[in-house]
Order: sequence, then C-alpha cells, then structure tokens
Amino acid sequence: MSWPRLPRPLSEAVATVALGLLAGAVLMRAFGYSPLVAYRALLVGAFGSTADILETLAFATPLMLTALTFAVGVRAGLFNIGAEGQMYLGAIGATFVAGMLHLPPGLHAAGATAAGMAAGALWALIPGVLKVWRGAHEVISTIMTNWVAFHLSTYLAINFLGEPGRAERTVPALPGARYPVLSEDSTLTAVIFVAVAMAVAVYLYLWGTRQGYELRLAGENPDAARYAGVHAGRVVVGSFVIGGMAAGLAGASQIIGRPPAWSLYATLGNVATLGFDGIGVALVGRNHPLGAILAAVLFGALAHGGRLMEYEAGVLSELVRAINGLIVIALAAPELWALLSRRWRR
Amino acid sequence: MIVRRLGLAVAAVAGVAAVGGLLDRVGLPPVSLLEAGLLAMTPLALAAVGECLNEKAGVVNIGLEAIFMISATTGVWTAEVFNSGVMGLAGGGVTGAVVGWALGAVSVYGRADQIIAGMGLNIFALGFVPFLLISLWAFPGIHLFPNELMVRRILTPLGQISPVTVAAVVVAVAAHYLLHRTVLGFRITAVGERPEAVDVAGLRVDRLRVLTSTLGGALAGVGGAFLPLGWFGALVKEISAGRGFIALACVVFAGLEPLLALGAALLFGLADGFASAVAVTPGVKERIPFYFVSMIPYLTTLVVVAAVIGRRRFPSTVGRPYARE
Repeated sequence: MSWPRLPRPLSEAVATVALGLLAGAVLMRAFGYSPLVAYRALLVGAFGSTADILETLAFATPLMLTALTFAVGVRAGLFNIGAEGQMYLGAIGATFVAGMLHLPPGLHAAGATAAGMAAGALWALIPGVLKVWRGAHEVISTIMTNWVAFHLSTYLAINFLGEPGRAERTVPALPGARYPVLSEDSTLTAVIFVAVAMAVAVYLYLWGTRQGYELRLAGENPDAARYAGVHAGRVVVGSFVIGGMAAGLAGASQIIGRPPAWSLYATLGNVATLGFDGIGVALVGRNHPLGAILAAVLFGALAHGGRLMEYEAGVLSELVRAINGLIVIALAAPELWALLSRRWRR
Repeated sequence: MIVRRLGLAVAAVAGVAAVGGLLDRVGLPPVSLLEAGLLAMTPLALAAVGECLNEKAGVVNIGLEAIFMISATTGVWTAEVFNSGVMGLAGGGVTGAVVGWALGAVSVYGRADQIIAGMGLNIFALGFVPFLLISLWAFPGIHLFPNELMVRRILTPLGQISPVTVAAVVVAVAAHYLLHRTVLGFRITAVGERPEAVDVAGLRVDRLRVLTSTLGGALAGVGGAFLPLGWFGALVKEISAGRGFIALACVVFAGLEPLLALGAALLFGLADGFASAVAVTPGVKERIPFYFVSMIPYLTTLVVVAAVIGRRRFPSTVGRPYARE
C-alpha cells in the first residue's frame, strides 16, 4: 500500500472537505432542501458562540480517539475498522467500574478510564490474533467483531448494568468517577485532555521508540521490515492493542466524560457510529496522531453544527455522515488531486 | 485445495443440518430452517458472485454493504412507484450498477486506494440512507410498504422458495461458465493477472474493469433490493446488518470461484436463517437469549474465515490501479 506524498496536506484537507460539502449541497438541492440555509445553520451551530465552540470540542473528543485506532492500523499496514466494537466494549468496561464499584474519587475516574481502555484492547486482540495466527483478513474480522460487540454490549447493558426502573439506559457513573465539567453551558469535560494526551503518547510511540519505528517500517515496506528482523506478528498485535486502547478510551469518554446522561443508552445510541466516523477523521488527518486532533475538531464542528442544521433547515444531521463518506472517497483518489492541480496551473 | 475447501463446506453444511435436527426436537422444523437459510443465502450469493467477477478483474469493492443499504431503499421506492416488486428488484439492480460503476471509475481513473474508497462508500451509506428515508417518506429509520409489493415465493417440496433464489443459483452457474468457458471470461482473468499484457494486446484495461465493477454492483444491488422485497417485508436503516461483509467473506472463502461462493453463501445463509428462524419460533425464542442468537451469523463468519484461509491466491493486481508505464 503506497501513500501519496502530498506537499500541502492542509490545503488538500480543506479542498476535500469543500468538495464534500459541495456534493452534500447537490444532494440537498436534489431533495428540495436549501443548502444555503442548511450550511449557514451548520456554521453558526458549530462556532456561533463560545459555548458552541466548547461543544464542538466535546464532539471532537471521541472522534480523535477512534481516528487514532484507524491511523495506527494504517501506519502498520492494516485496516482496523473495528474501532466501533472496541469502543462499545470500552463503554461497557467504564460503565462497570464507574457505576457498579465504589472507589475513592479521582481513583474512581482513573479506574474507569483504565477499565475502558483495557476492555477495548482485549476486544481488539480477537481480530489481531486471528490475523497473526490464521491470516484472517482484518477488514472482515473487525466488522464481524463489531456486530458481535454490538449484541454483547446491548445484552450486558440491559441484563447486568441496567438501572432499575430505567430500561433505556445503564446505571450512571457515580459522581466520583466523572470527569469535571469545564464550563456550565457545554458538555465539554476534562476528558478531552486525556484524549489529547493519548494522541500525543501515540505520536511519541510511533516516532520516538524502536517499536514504533518497527511498526511504521512494517506498514511502509513489509519486505524491508522482514529483512531487518522485525517481528511481523508483534507489530500486528501491538497496533491492534494500541488501537483498541484508544477506541476503548473513546467509549469510556462518553460515559464518564459526557453529561448529561453519564451512562450508556440501551440502544448504544450515544456511542454508535463514532468508530466509523473516526475513519474519515484519520484520513483527513493524514493518519497522523496530531493531524487526527485537528481533523477531529473539524468533524466535531460538522457533528455539532449538524444539530442546528437539522433544527433550522430540516435536513437530517445524518447527511453530515454522508458528506464524511464523500470526503473519504475523494481523499482515496490521488489522481483526482493531480487532475485538479493541473487545471489550476493552467 | 478446492477439494479440501469443498469438503469443509460440505462438513459445515452437515454440521448445520445436524443442529437443525436437534432443533426439530424443541419445535423448530428443519424445513423452516432451510426456507430461512435459502432466503438469507440469496443476497449473499448475488453479491458474492458479482464480487468474484470484480476481483478477478483486479478491483476490490468493500462497499457491498453500502450497495445493499442504498439499493434496499431505492428498490422499495421503485417498487412503490411502479407498483411492482419485480420492478423494485430492477431498481435496486440499476442503483447497484450506478454505485458499482462510480466506484470502478474512482478506482480506475482516479487510481484510488480501493479499500479506502470502499470504506468511504460505506460511511456515506450510513448517513445517506437515513437521509433518504426521511426525504422520501418523511419518517425516520423505518418504512413499511404494502405487502402486495413482496416478490411472491413458489411452493416446492423443499418449502417456499423465492424465484430470486433460483435466479441467484443460475447467476452463479452462469458466472462460472463466463469465467472458465468464454473469451470475455479469459480477458477478465487476464486483466486481473497481467493488465499490461491485455493492454499490449490492444484491449482496454479500464473498460473491462469498469464493466466488471458495474456488473458486480448490479448483482449486489438486486441482492440489496431483495432484502426488503423478497425477505423482510419492511425497510429499516440498518437492513444490511453486516451482510455486505459476510458476502466478502464468501468471496475470500471461495478464492474467487463463483460456484464455491454460492456454497459459502448457503453456509452463511443457513447460519443467518437459523438466527432469523430462532428469533421468531415460539418455544425456542424464549429459551435462547435473542442477543446471542443474533451473534450466530457473525461468529460463523469469524470462525470460517479463520479456519479456511491459509495461503490463498488472488489475482496479482487485485486492489492495485493499473497505469501504463
């Protein structure tokens, strides 16, 4: 898998997003909505006030983590699209510690965070081990584990973690397990610092350690890595475990770091699709941990602004996800960019 | 190699049949299991056979899930417009062909990373289908259509069989014939193995690849429209539920052989149909928690994919764009 080396990743990202928004506008027009009203609402909804900007960051928090999952996989030459399921299990792990156990404050939040990361990593081990042991293709095995995770998490949430008398959600995280809310008028909590720290840690791992170097080498040139004595199986399992930790943390962040519910919905509605959205974030962020932070803010803005778009223009906020998909397709085709730059130079 | 895989398939089907026999004792007749299994096999077989042709020519489409979802929606819409379930299947096929063509064009002319483009397609469908449901019927997440639009099933000694199931078997046989007995089939295989040779011979690599992508998309599209119109009788936004990826697992299992893909589709179909049958059978559904029944097709896929792959050979250029030197 060779990656296009482009001189201006930032301008490219902006151009792709613009292209995605343009395609979204075409879709809206085709179905009789007004793109101008919709996009104005999107922009105001995302950045209209300080509270909105903080809320955008709250939406960005889980996305930068699920983006890390995909990005670390790609750096190792793998398509780990299992962030979705790993995140569900992370949410379950965090709910168990935060809602069912009684620990001292502070330690409680740390314990719930660790439990979420551990659960995500354990779930990621399944496709990782199947890949090393049997050569099972990770695209298929991660999707299958995602669906198993969906049913398993729903089962656990309803039968073991349910709040008595409230069928629609699990027990909420106890106050001592919650991350402090940063501002009264948004749902942003201190968990964003943990998310950023995780991204920085992954960056330092990939570019500052020997194992990280081996991981990248295995992804960029598997033959060279083999000759250099890099243990391919260890790279695969390692990248899945790191990705699983990030995804698990994403799930945990929605339980112990996101008011007002502080709990997992029985439909998994407050975490579902965050894992898939992370793929787009990772690609726009050029599969770089720090790029993922920036791209997550952009996608967080789309997600938060999409709510006002739904309210004011009547366009379902899911359209934002369709736009994300178009952005990914556009990013995948390097020839498209070559074509565009040739046009521009003329 | 193929014999070994065929043996595994037969053993697995026998295993499922044995489970079916056991279930007969708790009140789930094997005929209803087979009926459910054949229904579930149909979309998988159509999509997997199309994907075999696709990948033979060197293009991977992991957006089958997206084609299932979008075609299910447009299929129901076409069926309502023409007041005919069969027209709905055709509408799904046309939609699938358009999406397959677009992905083929992005892969061939845009020289896209096909896995990423396919992933993008899946993410697109995740948002586009709910948007479409609201836009077409102003109701979120679900749409019920008149029962007359369902494609009628035929009563046979094996139970109620859909004509689309028969068509899927015919398509698999036809694809086998196409690949192994016709000039076009040899060209498709050649384009996956040695695109430069095909190019030098004066044939258009790009056209052949876009053609198979379109064809594969069309078959997946019919399969997608079959989900609501031939099987479920309703449209929900999560209608495909990972079946596009199970179809990909069939292709992996089959090593790109359409007839083996049909066998794999039957195996996964039985697992899927088993889950659907258990979920609605009184006396059984109370004993086994629904959540675990729902996992069966996915766990089966995981186990099979882990059990059979080993070293398989795909066309040398699969997933890679072709560029003239």
